[in-house]
Amino acid sequence: MEKNITNFKEQFISYYRDFEDGLNGESTPELNCLRQKALETFNELPLPTTKDEEWRYTNISPLLKHNFSVASKESKLSKDQLSQYQFDKLRSHQLVFVNGNFSSEYSKLNNLPEGVIIGSLSNAIKNSPEIVEKHFGKYAGNEHQIFTALSTAYTKDGAFVYVPDGKVIEDSVHIIFITSKAKEKIITQPRNLFVAGKNSQLTIIEHFVSDNENIHFTNSVTEIFTDENATFDHIKLQEESKKSFHIARMEVDQERYSNFRSFSFSKGASIARNNFNSKFNDESSECTLNGLFLIENEQLFDAHTLIDHAKPHCNSHELYIGILDDQAKGVFNGKVLVRQDAQKTNAFQKNNNIILSDDALVNTKPQLEIFADDVKCSHGATIGQLDEEAKFYLKSRGIGEQNATAILLNAFATDVITPIKVDPVRKHIKNILSKRFKH
Amino acid sequence: MLEVKNLHASIEGNEILKGIDLKINSGEVHAIMGPNGSGKSTLAQVLAGREEYEVTDGEVMYNGNNLLELSPEDRAREGIFLAFQYPIEIPGVSNTNLLKTALNEIRKYKGEEELDTFDFLALLKEKIKLVDLDQSFLKRSVNEGFSGGEKKRNEIFQLAVLSPKLAILDETDSGLDIDALKVVANGVNKLKTKDNATLVVTHYQRLLNYIVPDFVHVLHDGKIVKSGGKELALELEDIGYDWIKNGSPEVVK
Repeated sequence: MEKNITNFKEQFISYYRDFEDGLNGESTPELNCLRQKALETFNELPLPTTKDEEWRYTNISPLLKHNFSVASKESKLSKDQLSQYQFDKLRSHQLVFVNGNFSSEYSKLNNLPEGVIIGSLSNAIKNSPEIVEKHFGKYAGNEHQIFTALSTAYTKDGAFVYVPDGKVIEDSVHIIFITSKAKEKIITQPRNLFVAGKNSQLTIIEHFVSDNENIHFTNSVTEIFTDENATFDHIKLQEESKKSFHIARMEVDQERYSNFRSFSFSKGASIARNNFNSKFNDESSECTLNGLFLIENEQLFDAHTLIDHAKPHCNSHELYIGILDDQAKGVFNGKVLVRQDAQKTNAFQKNNNIILSDDALVNTKPQLEIFADDVKCSHGATIGQLDEEAKFYLKSRGIGEQNATAILLNAFATDVITPIKVDPVRKHIKNILSKRFKH
Repeated sequence: MLEVKNLHASIEGNEILKGIDLKINSGEVHAIMGPNGSGKSTLAQVLAGREEYEVTDGEVMYNGNNLLELSPEDRAREGIFLAFQYPIEIPGVSNTNLLKTALNEIRKYKGEEELDTFDFLALLKEKIKLVDLDQSFLKRSVNEGFSGGEKKRNEIFQLAVLSPKLAILDETDSGLDIDALKVVANGVNKLKTKDNATLVVTHYQRLLNYIVPDFVHVLHDGKIVKSGGKELALELEDIGYDWIKNGSPEVVK
């Protein structure tokens, strides 16, 4: 065990020189300095164990057993292969990353308003360093976050979207991160930065897929800045190999009157850990963090969220829905922090789970920490089973087992599915719910 | 159409039905009456295929098939419909969605084409008038927040859309005021043809003023203790159920 952990850290430290040598235009003095510091932090921080409160129910030792190779070469995809991850009838700007590398060949952009940048982080470092330097690493710090430190140290590529003040991107930005078949077990570390200027509006879909059922490791960090009165819809779809490991962090920094809405769907990976945090830096903002996870066999899904009400008059809504089968394990740890200044806060948080087997398990911990005295907050969690009475009622109308289950699961998840604004994504999720369970 | 022979059924080891014999032909309306706890609802549930009940003896033939071998959904597809005593609320599932899925599964089972959306909606709008419910109920979640009367009318609305061969109404009248009762009965009567049949399970004679039965059966302690014509219901109204408890059904002429 001890040996494995040493190896896990060792591999990234010893490989680092090669990584640095491989950098081209992504190498700027400022970023190199950040990378170096992050590598030191990565080296110093202990790997989390279940003795750490933040990792109490999520044992990552299966991840630490593996040696991962830092993928360096782009793999080829066939057009057909890509099409299975695209949505019919979705008008979108498409960014494709294959094994962590931006693919200009598969990416395509429609007409964009002036000043909007949609592309790769590595290009942004070369072409718009002032924007990158203003925001990069400012929201997702490395302190106590060993996987963010690893991501920062190995910052090379990821998605970059910049919307200047007053601009609206009408089509969704669909970002496909595909881990393609490789001989080795590979790690990909997409590092994404999304900046929404004042009065801007956009929709981003982060879509993680594998074209195989192999072991690989995705360590993704997304930083989001929503300036005054910006509207940002964020969708994350995690549909990776069920043997993979997925560790992700999203940090959102919200300015006055901004509205950030997020929906996260997770059905892949043997261990999926998400840290989603949003901070209100100014008054009158709104944040929605919704999620749906659908797990089976021995999959583990973990969502740790923090909504930081630092300022007054902000609203937050959070609803996570879990559907668990077999021996799957779910972890929800949602914290809402209402600081002393944050009067007139409205914060609602809920985690509802349905368990389809005898052996699935959920550890849920909704937390409210309130230091202001004029606020409206609520939280709660439920764990239950599919309503057999309702199922019999549907069957007595001629609806078969599979459709009856699908209808009830769709109904259970309706409060997170209905608000999805991108129709093809909403249909995609409904479809998965309808087809997956045959109980 | 339906022939029940010596049907015994129990739940959690308690025998509720202790030898039921019942024969229903097309075009007939049968009423099952009896005091609380006599097994009326159990009979309705067993016919619909509720899995909690175990059939321990006897047989049920339905249009020449062994009904007891069919799953609840296949019974529905073969034309059996149970109007629930306590209709289930299903938040997040609209009435329209339920009926569309149900109707299409039934049609598929029969080898028919799915109904297109336009024809389907036209059918819903026509049938909902029968039970005097507003069209806004189509979009609402199944039974959620409905009053008792609205739930019962919704059952009859579903009955009208699915147009089964054998409709079993389980205490559809209980808890209804007289106006709602008339609406429900009127709905059922309009759906009556020479090819379908209705089994009305009720505690009270009142409903039978509006849905006139061809046969009335009195159920007591899991057995049919008396059968007769519609006049039997009226007699029961006069003398109540005490006579069966006293063990002297001969009191009734």
